[in-house]
Amino acid sequence: MSISTNIWVWIAALLTLAIYSFLYKDNVFYKIAEKILVGVSIGYLLSVYWHNTIIAKVWNPLVQDKNFLVIIPLILGLLMFSRLFKGRAYISRIPIAFVVGTATGMSVPSSFENLFKQVQGTMPTVFSFGNIVILVGVITTLVYFFFSLEHKGFIGKVSKVGITFIMIGFGAAFGATIMARISLFIGRIQFLLRDWLGVIQ
Amino acid sequence: MMRIVDFLDNMDKRIIYLIVAIVVILPFLTPIGCPMKVTEPVRNIYNYVEDSIPEDGSILISIDYGPETMPELHPMGKALVTHAFSNNIRVFMLSLMPQGTGLAQDIIATTVREWNDDNPDNIKEVGKDITLFPFVPGVSAVILKMGEDIKGTFNTDAYGNDLDEVPIMSGVNNYSDIDYLVDLAGSSIILSWIIYANGRYDQKMAIGTTAVSMAEYYIYMNSGQANGMLGGLKGAAEYEQLLKLNEKSESRNEGLVGMDAQSSAHLTYIIFILLGNIIYFIKKKQEK
Repeated sequence: MSISTNIWVWIAALLTLAIYSFLYKDNVFYKIAEKILVGVSIGYLLSVYWHNTIIAKVWNPLVQDKNFLVIIPLILGLLMFSRLFKGRAYISRIPIAFVVGTATGMSVPSSFENLFKQVQGTMPTVFSFGNIVILVGVITTLVYFFFSLEHKGFIGKVSKVGITFIMIGFGAAFGATIMARISLFIGRIQFLLRDWLGVIQ
Repeated sequence: MMRIVDFLDNMDKRIIYLIVAIVVILPFLTPIGCPMKVTEPVRNIYNYVEDSIPEDGSILISIDYGPETMPELHPMGKALVTHAFSNNIRVFMLSLMPQGTGLAQDIIATTVREWNDDNPDNIKEVGKDITLFPFVPGVSAVILKMGEDIKGTFNTDAYGNDLDEVPIMSGVNNYSDIDYLVDLAGSSIILSWIIYANGRYDQKMAIGTTAVSMAEYYIYMNSGQANGMLGGLKGAAEYEQLLKLNEKSESRNEGLVGMDAQSSAHLTYIIFILLGNIIYFIKKKQEK
């Protein structure tokens, strides 16, 4: 057993324990740790965006490389701040329209391609139990979400199979969620036992 | 009998937290060595790195996660980098999330140090064998621009060196010079890589994701858009197991170490769920 002498490890360990203390009951240590997390996260993000966007993508190209084309996105970005002025807020629609238009133009063709690949992936090329399950699952689930016909008779029976598939999917997702949450706890325990207390290798 | 049922029904939830904590901590102190089977999606990634990437080939690993999912995804990154080192494959790393760059730096620092300690005759260097691109905002735009010009997208590496002068970048211009892409993420950024890098540029890729998102991304293997998947801590542990079985790694394995705790916690949860249901039905019968 060799307890860490690194002050940052101690700070991280104590903050971890402060957060977990909430499981006993709400307390001042939890609240302090919570506020530190929010403050540090925002500070870190601001710092990264300042250095990697404002300095690297605006200041350096404009001042050092004399690339004046950067002025166009810079002005569009600055127009977003017009939302702060009540009478001029409508100006912010210009950069928003630019972003929406560009993003839509980029994503529509690729999203269609993705959809077609998914449809192709559903079609069984080899006769196997797994492929049949996928095919039946997709069709019956789609029928369950088809509301133009009343879910009675044959359609009702098929949609019941569909909801069964959906429930199995939810069950699998919930089981995986438990696994994920436990993994996060394991990560913290590993840190406390190994990096802080040094009781495991 | 009814006294036990009443006690369990009214049990303070903090007792359950305590039991879970004990069940997770104990296997670290006295390892059980639970058996583990390597699944096909994990084996596919291992086999692709092993058989389809030539020596001096390249792998791009995108660290698109923050500290909140680090325990699940970080061991995957370390295992992949170690595997690449053992096959003398060049490793390029980046992050499309601001928090990810720091985590990628940690992976690089840890794996390079551990590798060099274990393999003094095959020293790995940052800039020559592995590098990290800086964070650039834009997600989809960044992925698309990398398909045209990687150096033009980032200009420098995350340590401030001009990419034209970094040895590892020699001959690397766009996705056609990258043999394999693995995106490690717990968010929809995976979908952006699939749609733009795989869809538009036909980049061969695999997914590493959290257990929560596993079910969501299985469909991309079925359609052939990804050739493998590492799911949660178990996915990382399986990859570490393959590295160990094939004598590719001698270092401590975070994923494997955690699997005993994971298994015992799952067993505890199953017992709790069964107990909860039994109590529910006994109480219901009692009310009638």
